[in-house]
Amino acid sequence: MSEIAESGGDGQHKGKKRAKKSSTRVDMTPMVDLAFLLLTFFVLTATFSKPKVMSLVYPAKIDPKDPPKEQPKINNAITFLLSEDKIYYYSGQFYPAASPGPNGPTKLEETGFGTKGVRKLLADRNKYVLSEKNLYGKKLEKKEIADSTYLRRLSDSKRHKKALKVLIKTDDKATCKNFIDLIDELKIAEIGVIAPVELMPSEFALMKSKIK
Amino acid sequence: MPKIKIPKGSPSIDMTPMVDLAFLLVTFFMLSASFRSSEPVDVDTPSSISDKIIPENVVLITIDKGGRVFFNMSDPEARRELLANMAGKYKIGFTEEQIKRFTFMSSFGCTMKELPGYINMEPNARKQFNTPGIPYTDSTANQLKDWINYGNRAAINSGRTAFVEEKNKGKNPDANDFKPKFILRVDSKSLYVHAQKVIDVFRDLKLNNLNFVTSMELAPI
Repeated sequence: MSEIAESGGDGQHKGKKRAKKSSTRVDMTPMVDLAFLLLTFFVLTATFSKPKVMSLVYPAKIDPKDPPKEQPKINNAITFLLSEDKIYYYSGQFYPAASPGPNGPTKLEETGFGTKGVRKLLADRNKYVLSEKNLYGKKLEKKEIADSTYLRRLSDSKRHKKALKVLIKTDDKATCKNFIDLIDELKIAEIGVIAPVELMPSEFALMKSKIK
Repeated sequence: MPKIKIPKGSPSIDMTPMVDLAFLLVTFFMLSASFRSSEPVDVDTPSSISDKIIPENVVLITIDKGGRVFFNMSDPEARRELLANMAGKYKIGFTEEQIKRFTFMSSFGCTMKELPGYINMEPNARKQFNTPGIPYTDSTANQLKDWINYGNRAAINSGRTAFVEEKNKGKNPDANDFKPKFILRVDSKSLYVHAQKVIDVFRDLKLNNLNFVTSMELAPI
């Protein structure tokens, strides 16, 4: 089609010049093929969602020159100990076997990732905040309170005495997926105070005996 | 002879509208496509229900499966300032060409000594470049700490300029939007101890508010 009739050097073509009879239409099939190919490519490679971020505030490091006089008393806290795909937890203070507390030394309980494990546990323990959230959420729906009031009430209730506080300790085998999954569960359960802290050797020993 | 009836309508259909539509869609997807700059490592991020989108002015640390650390920053102007500071501290000279390439580079994970060579490489060669990542475990030669520290300062400066610019335009911007944010992009298979060490570097610098990159997951109802 796109050949250009060029008379050879020998001058063999002697025929009359004829007006072309072919129609003026161009065959568009290849172009359309290409267009669809590109369309398929872009549709398949398109990613509409930008990556999301999850923010987490770590506790400030304790200045060695100016240590706090007293460990703040933790009430209504739960400590999660993470290992490779395993979660252990205990409530309240940690009492090693050497110096048992009022209920004897701390025992670790095991739970699992997923709806039946840690999600149910957190929903039970953090009933206060969840019920508050429910209450204000309903008020918000009925337009009794404003958006900003709702958010303020929610953050207030998260910091309330009755709200559950969570400490997270990880051992050397825990993966980032385990950690993020747990944080995610905490966010689902509307936990306000999350503190990733260092694992104590006594806790590590207890964990090791449990894993075996 | 009996005539054979030939259907009169032409057997070809007019495809113009369909082709029009196809081109419209091609144009749309082409323009909306944003190509990711090729990163030196592939990281498979964990998923969460968070729906916060990644902010603008960021310092991004990538931790791969093996615990190697990579550094990236979003703002080109801040990158220029950062490199100048780092070059001064480690006494490594960069040519103008290298500085220019550095400002448009994606994540990098190499020691300061390797950096000039790394900048000169083509993006494909960078992927194969064998590097231990930015050193961050050593307390005496913690290069990551310097990168974060200078990066933070440079990002604060560039954020402030951007804020003033917006304000001069007559808008009412939120100063918090222009402050640098710190983002960790961790591989889900990476051990948390690696991330913990990097987080400790941040906490040493009194930067306690960190963000993790996650892919979206539907929230339970």
